Amino acid sequence: MNAPASFDAQSGSGGERERLIVIGNGMAGCRAIEEVLERDPERYDIVIFGAEPRVNYNRIMLSPVLAGEKTFDEIVINGQDWYDKNTITLVSGDPVQKIDRDRKMVVSVSGHTEYYDRLLIATGSDPFIIPVPGNDLSGVVTFRDLDDVDKMLAAAEGGGNAVVIGGGLLGLEAAHGLSLRGMNVTVLHLMPTLMERQLDEAAGWLLKEELERRGQTIRIGADTQAILGKDGHVSGVQLKDGTEIEADIVVMAVGIRPSTGLASSAGLDTERGIMVDDHMVTSDPAIMAVGECVQHRGACYGLVAPLWDMCRALADHLTDQPSGYEGSVTSTKLKVSGIDLFSAGDFSGSDGSEDIVMRDASRGIYKRVVVQDNKLIGAVLYGDTADGNWYFDLLKKGEDISDIREALIFGQAFASGSTSLDPNSAVAAMSDDTEICGCNGVSKAKVVGTILGGATSLDAVRSSCKASASCGSCTGIVESLLVLTLGDDVEEGAKTMCKCTGFGHGDVRKLIVEKGLREIPQVMQELHWTTPEGCSSCRPALNYYLLCAYPGDYIDDQQSRFVNERMHANIQKDGTYSVVPRMWGGLTNPKELRAIADVVEKYDAPMVKVTGGQRLDIFGIKKDDLPAVWADLNAAGMVSGHAYGKSLRTVKTCVGSEWCRFGTQDSTGLGVKLEHMTWGSWMPHKFKIAVSGCPRNCAEATIKDFGIICVDSGYELQVGGNGGMKLRGTDLLCKVETEQQVMEHCAAFVQLYREEAYYLERTAPWIERVGLEYVQSKLFDDPDALGEYAQRFYYSQSFCQDDPWAKRADRERADLHSHIAELRPLALEPAQ
Amino acid sequence: MTTPKSGPITGKWLDIGPVTQIEPGSARTLPVAGGEEIAVFRTMQSECYALINKCPHKQGPLSQGLVHGSVVTCPLHNWNISLKTGKALGDDEGCVPTIPMRVDAGRMLLLREAAIGGGIIAPADEVA
Ligand code: SRM
Ligand SMILES: Cc1cc2nc3c(=O)[nH]c(=O)nc-3n(C[C@H](O)[C@H](O)[C@H](O)COP(=O)(O)OP(=O)(O)OC[C@H]3O[C@@H](n4cnc5c(N)ncnc54)[C@H](O)[C@@H]3O)c2cc1C
Ligand code: SF4
Ligand code: FES
Repeated sequence: MNAPASFDAQSGSGGERERLIVIGNGMAGCRAIEEVLERDPERYDIVIFGAEPRVNYNRIMLSPVLAGEKTFDEIVINGQDWYDKNTITLVSGDPVQKIDRDRKMVVSVSGHTEYYDRLLIATGSDPFIIPVPGNDLSGVVTFRDLDDVDKMLAAAEGGGNAVVIGGGLLGLEAAHGLSLRGMNVTVLHLMPTLMERQLDEAAGWLLKEELERRGQTIRIGADTQAILGKDGHVSGVQLKDGTEIEADIVVMAVGIRPSTGLASSAGLDTERGIMVDDHMVTSDPAIMAVGECVQHRGACYGLVAPLWDMCRALADHLTDQPSGYEGSVTSTKLKVSGIDLFSAGDFSGSDGSEDIVMRDASRGIYKRVVVQDNKLIGAVLYGDTADGNWYFDLLKKGEDISDIREALIFGQAFASGSTSLDPNSAVAAMSDDTEICGCNGVSKAKVVGTILGGATSLDAVRSSCKASASCGSCTGIVESLLVLTLGDDVEEGAKTMCKCTGFGHGDVRKLIVEKGLREIPQVMQELHWTTPEGCSSCRPALNYYLLCAYPGDYIDDQQSRFVNERMHANIQKDGTYSVVPRMWGGLTNPKELRAIADVVEKYDAPMVKVTGGQRLDIFGIKKDDLPAVWADLNAAGMVSGHAYGKSLRTVKTCVGSEWCRFGTQDSTGLGVKLEHMTWGSWMPHKFKIAVSGCPRNCAEATIKDFGIICVDSGYELQVGGNGGMKLRGTDLLCKVETEQQVMEHCAAFVQLYREEAYYLERTAPWIERVGLEYVQSKLFDDPDALGEYAQRFYYSQSFCQDDPWAKRADRERADLHSHIAELRPLALEPAQ
Repeated sequence: MTTPKSGPITGKWLDIGPVTQIEPGSARTLPVAGGEEIAVFRTMQSECYALINKCPHKQGPLSQGLVHGSVVTCPLHNWNISLKTGKALGDDEGCVPTIPMRVDAGRMLLLREAAIGGGIIAPADEVA
């Protein structure tokens, strides 16, 4: 130590230079030292403690090492020569176990002691281990340092099965590496979207598709129950739903926690991380902290970019030229070769933010930028990330983007082009032979010709020359051409489903079936939705269309359902619920009535009422009591009446031939049979049936969706009635002779309505729109059609005729009905 | 910056259990004896927010609404409420008090004084 004495006199340990001790030989610790040396190489006497038995390396490159794209030597940042050259003492493989602030010293596990004038804590993070049985078995590894990578590589040598718990950045990089190393990989992710913190549903879905295409198994919504073992080594993973997955190695990548143990036991202020000010100083002025272990202005970081800023501020402070750190905005990329993904900022959307979305299904591209107050606040890019840095820059600088707003989503080249910023001008500049519609091979000249030939709306263009009629990705361009060619004379097209899409309900239904689209995010990507996740209009509609198209296969998306359909009861103005059990055909008996009476008393229901649908409605049930109420009703043989659903509601009947002196047929019995056939079905809107025993029509069958008037010679089948907001009497569909025929016609009609009506369109407006003749021709022109529609209905019913109440009464989804906890403020006050 | 003196249970933060108790995209409730019931939301992005469980319109139970992005649509008359600020969005006007909260190691922590004090009406910028 022959360096000239520094000007600072108050050195603590007798040396001439101040002693700076660093705990943590990782990315932040060493970077901080590099920055200090750059400013003032003579100032400090430096000792670095590292728990890992090696020199400073680039941790983020562990993923390429695992994937076999890099070796360890290639990712070393500072080799031993760096420490030597700068006379830094490295104590590696020997973690510090105690900080003694009174004596200003640190002690390592092996007993190595060093005194400090200044201490820097850069202990990084610890992987979070989920508290499940078996998490300590051998073969359960984390992904944090080189030792973890070595363990994974050793496991991968034997091939076999790997389970990665956690579908975030780290988990997916681990999965990718293990998969390239020849293992059969399953990723378990608790949330519905992969990398949900960085990606929205649309991008998460594209990523999942791609990883599955590459042979990985991705299970979303997978909640780990236990890690299973054999002879002390991991053998599999068990999920809460009972599934077991074989595993030779389990990688736990569910998140990280700032490593604060050492700091908090030394009495430094810690919350999630070690609390630091803008100069990275902790609650002890002699102790600083940087990196993932700190909490600065409420934020903890898990990426390297913020660390560089922290290290700059720290070095400025340590060399008496304080500058201060103000927090960072971060961006994410996934280091999986061949997958381009970028995200930055806030895209949770609220408070006046607006999304601009661009999708290109044929090239697998999804781009979304979020704008608020004329500033870019977030971006998610999938498939084409070339503009990521440009967006990130706009975001960090908080630049006003109002001038380039229209062109923003097309990227830097376009938005900052010297020509006009109007996207129409780019279309105008296209040559006449440019192919506009790839699906149908239509050129620009042809589209313009079609428009000049009289096609003045998008729909007219679609039907005349087929441009934009298939996948719809060129819709925007066709619309621009309409504007360029016609100016203000463009006609508004047919109503679109909602503001998220250019397609109407009919097109969406048709395209779902034609293209075999099977999930909501897939529909949105393939049909170029202009919003990231749809809205409260299109989501329930798409959920229904998919449910109808793929009975038994499609998994209902509960988040796309209105509260009543999620709770299986009707919400009331005071937040309680009403409960309507089914009374088949309006019939009841003492046992049912007693059960209802008991429920009313037992749960203190303030009111019970006979409904307009011939059954009883119990009002004022609390959401926590619902499962118990249902259990009691189930016990008396009653099931859900679906009074809350877009589904079959009631089958109203009259007494009919069994008692009535005018009755011509057994209307009551037929009603009961019809209700047993149709209950539980999901429909575009609610659906009501009635059977009257004679033309006096006491069951009001002629204002129902499907009404039956019994006559001496058989049954008149009536359709499309509505007694609601707009009164409409039914149309006569046909007359049949037997009950069996009534049943089959009813099933066929319901199925035609289910397959063709728009969501939230009842039979009355549907028939007004398509015409009775259309319905008749669909059902009767082809002699096989009726039977086929009916069969499709029966098939679909085979999946939905189980009582939704029974499962809830059995405590399925108990979380929907119970409080998370209860706060009793006094009891919780800390004891004095 | 003020810092808590002790751990989450008795200090500034109240531990209300693991975040996995709430299905993503939904909410659960937390009654407060002698106080206002709290709705704790978890979004699809796994962000958590706590609000008083009363719509500023006609006291609808926000916990039962549809969650999209960081917005909940009230189940009664479809007002959209920002989970971040408690403010009604669009043309509607009103604000529901929020309770600052954070998630640490998978556990949900509510700012104690706000939780038992009926929440605070403030821009929730500082809410993690
Ligand atoms: C309970 C009941 C009134 C009663 O006390 O009798 C009722 C109550 C409601 N009706 Fe009704 N309707 C009830 C029979 C009817 C009838 C009569 C019938 O079914 O014979 C009609 C006219 C017939 C028809 O539908 O064509 C009827 C036409 C409506 C309409 C208008 C529908 C339309 O197409 O125009 C709505 C609004 C809607 O669905 O959008 C509606 C909506 C509602 C809602 C769901 C309002 C709401 O969104 O909260 C009410 C739910 C109350 C609850 O929590 O239980 N209710 N509603 C009846 C329940 C019948 C049942 O047993 O399930
Ligand atoms: C596989 C992987 C991939 C990643 N990819 C990316 C990426 O693509 N982009 C990105 O921005 N970030 C990425 N990260 C995150 C990035 O690596 C971290 O943000 C960064 O390493 C944090 O630096 P740090 O110095 O705070 O912690 P670390 O780099 O972890 O350094 C802390 C060091 O302190 C040591 N230590 C802890 N306690 C003690 C003690 N008591 N005594 C002595 N030493 C101790 C630890 O052993 C460790 O070596 C990735 C991380 C991993 C694990
Ligand atoms: S008519 Fe129907 S919707 Fe209107 S108040 Fe009565 S029950 Fe409610
Ligand atoms: S009470 Fe919430 S919208 Fe009316």
